[in-house]
Amino acid sequence: MSLPMLIQRLGGGMLVSIEIYTLTLLFSLPLGLLVAFGRMSKNIILRNVMKLYISIMRGTPLMLQLMVVYFGPYFLFGIPLPRYYRFLAVIIGFVINYAAYFAEIYRGGIESIPVGQYEAAKLLGYNKTQTFMRIILPQVIKRILPAVTNEIITLIKDTSLAFVISVAEMFTAAQEIASAQASMIPFIVAGIFYYVFNYIVAFVMEYIEKKLSYYKV
Amino acid sequence: MEVLKIKNVKKSFSNDNEVLKDFSMEVNRGQVVAIIGPSGSGKSTLLRCATMLETIDSGEIIYLGEHAVKTNEEGKAVYAPPKDLKRIQSYFGLVFQNFNLFPHFTALKNVTDALITVKKMPKQEALEIGRELLDKMGLKDKEDAYPCQLSGGQQQRVSIARALALRPEILFFDEPTSALDPELTGEVLKVIKSLAAEHMTMVIVTHEMAFARDAADHVIFMDGGVIVEEGKPEEVINNPQNERTKAFLSRFDR
Repeated sequence: MSLPMLIQRLGGGMLVSIEIYTLTLLFSLPLGLLVAFGRMSKNIILRNVMKLYISIMRGTPLMLQLMVVYFGPYFLFGIPLPRYYRFLAVIIGFVINYAAYFAEIYRGGIESIPVGQYEAAKLLGYNKTQTFMRIILPQVIKRILPAVTNEIITLIKDTSLAFVISVAEMFTAAQEIASAQASMIPFIVAGIFYYVFNYIVAFVMEYIEKKLSYYKV
Repeated sequence: MEVLKIKNVKKSFSNDNEVLKDFSMEVNRGQVVAIIGPSGSGKSTLLRCATMLETIDSGEIIYLGEHAVKTNEEGKAVYAPPKDLKRIQSYFGLVFQNFNLFPHFTALKNVTDALITVKKMPKQEALEIGRELLDKMGLKDKEDAYPCQLSGGQQQRVSIARALALRPEILFFDEPTSALDPELTGEVLKVIKSLAAEHMTMVIVTHEMAFARDAADHVIFMDGGVIVEEGKPEEVINNPQNERTKAFLSRFDR
């Protein structure tokens, strides 16, 4: 297979990877915040449920979680799986896994904000939503950015795990071509794709970090 | 009329130490009350209870005749419904020991944001008020500075402007100069004195005895959660009657 053709085929896989990547971030970033709220809730049941959820998500392999999400409905409940469920299962698996990690990052960020910020806001008459959205969250975002960058760089590499339920993202494509051609080249090209993508992600995140460095704490 | 009336307030923390023991005080309009006393005497707790950052166990707190909290037949404190509390809360402001400015807002935004966000004031009007207050605090050229770019004294003056922006009926100060380098306390005390000259109603917890004597028209010496001695500043500070007041004041240059 010629290099342009290889790049074209891997590029197609990369698009699927990017799709998984984007959808995962789109849903897991806000979901993580909700999980973080649950994890910090005064309600002991909710708090412990969230704690257990985070513990399971962090304590078991993502690959296993993907398989459970994909095969679970059929093997546990006998629900027949439509074709499109394969991709949906990947998204669900990634979202619930990453939301757990993001939740802990948010929690760390939120708990690091001095209580004086809440007290000052309360004395000035801000309600709870205003306090969180205007005073707390902007400071949290600045503080957690390096940790979030770590996660979202790991995420693009993790998309390769979708191959376990045969979603044709880039890694799956690379593997197929490599075994058909008995060649290392597809893996090397795939590696370059991942690297370039993450280089861009890191660059963008660094830019945002710089943008937010207008104040120090 | 009293702006603030505190009656028989009791406050304990969970480990059973009673911080405020049946504490009562009144603040009249235009009055400047200084509260002095050793650490652990309950001064800060008193301010935190009065500003509702802490809840009291029993007693009454009344602002402008409106009960923020009263005590029921069983002797338990009952707070006013949230809607009333919100209104009562707008009667007072608090200047913190460590400023608690919002680090991601400029000096001007620190002063104006509550006006715009909470009071729904038009932005232009809020900015005018903000600039005027910063000017009054001697910070005219600092409106675009972030708190991290300001000295402690400047930060504290921004926080005073922030509290004043909401036009409180009474302003509390919790050791406003304790977190400052000694050479910066003067600028903050000067600002508070100028507010006193304008008859702003204020309650100031302070360790600055000379300032308490000059700026306040009533001094309360607190120890062990009760008022030990109170009266005119010259009397309490220059000529204390109680042994505990004498012992406490002997540690200060007066």
